[in-house]
Amino acid sequence: MAKERVIYKKPESLTDVPFTYCWGCGHSMAHKLIAEIIDELDMREKVIAVAPVGCAVFAYDFWDFDVTEAAHGRAPVVATAIKRVHPDKFVFCYQGDGDLASIGMAETIHTANRGENISVIFINNTNYGMTGGQMAPTSLISQVTTTSPYGRDVKNAGYPIKMLELLSPLQGVKYLERVKLTDVPSIVKAKKAIKKAFVNQLTNVGFSMVEVLSACPANWKKDPVKANKWIDEEVSEYFPVGKIKDIT
Amino acid sequence: MRKGRIKIDRNRCKGCMLCIDACPKGEIKQGTAINKAGYNVVEFRNNGECNACMLCAISCPDAAIEVIEIIEDVKK
Repeated sequence: MAKERVIYKKPESLTDVPFTYCWGCGHSMAHKLIAEIIDELDMREKVIAVAPVGCAVFAYDFWDFDVTEAAHGRAPVVATAIKRVHPDKFVFCYQGDGDLASIGMAETIHTANRGENISVIFINNTNYGMTGGQMAPTSLISQVTTTSPYGRDVKNAGYPIKMLELLSPLQGVKYLERVKLTDVPSIVKAKKAIKKAFVNQLTNVGFSMVEVLSACPANWKKDPVKANKWIDEEVSEYFPVGKIKDIT
Repeated sequence: MRKGRIKIDRNRCKGCMLCIDACPKGEIKQGTAINKAGYNVVEFRNNGECNACMLCAISCPDAAIEVIEIIEDVKK
């Protein structure tokens, strides 16, 4: 009689609620990786996550640990407050590009500059996904979105912001890495990077941020496989994957 | 060769087909069943080629795939 052994299953830190994200969305994968890491570090009871405004606003439905909601772009300052009041808790922000790089730019830069001991997961899908795919500060040059139907024009809208390169000179920032989720090796690397950012907080290293180049197949009008290919060919060309800063 | 099988959670699967792309053995196919949310979910072919490599489960964004390793008894 053959025996059976489960070797991979849904992480404990995810609830039974199916993700409401679109098919092939990078948010689902990022949620899953974070849940797996929290299971591995066995710290579900001491985690407090700060969810953004954007597609991931419903993160508290999917994660089986404490999640609070911040006003648009204000997740890092809410996380700062929680971490200062409860230094023994593990606090991380989960933010999209519209949230972190546009309306929350001031909060992001000042939190990083203060070197708060928090981890930030930055999901960059190059548009405002929740509201229907408008142009974001991170939209690529000549990328067609609903508010740039002829493609992003540098004359009017400027160049896409590279957040990690912008933050790297700040002395309070300890760890910055950009990852993608397009195939199995890069998913494994992404998990490693997020885990490192989390461990940095546990060992009181300081501010860490991981930028995840994430697919938005619905707004890019591509199927998930083609969306991942587009990240490999175009998005990671402008936003190079790899470690930007590591002084841990 | 290691043997295995997968279990697909029909409520979580969105039929994004990233697992079909990831499986080196072609053991997963687009199914005909439609779930509660209206997605056309994928199916496990069960041709006996699955070796529980977990590539499908790792690449599944929705955590819909459970991988089970089958351990055969060695007869002496």
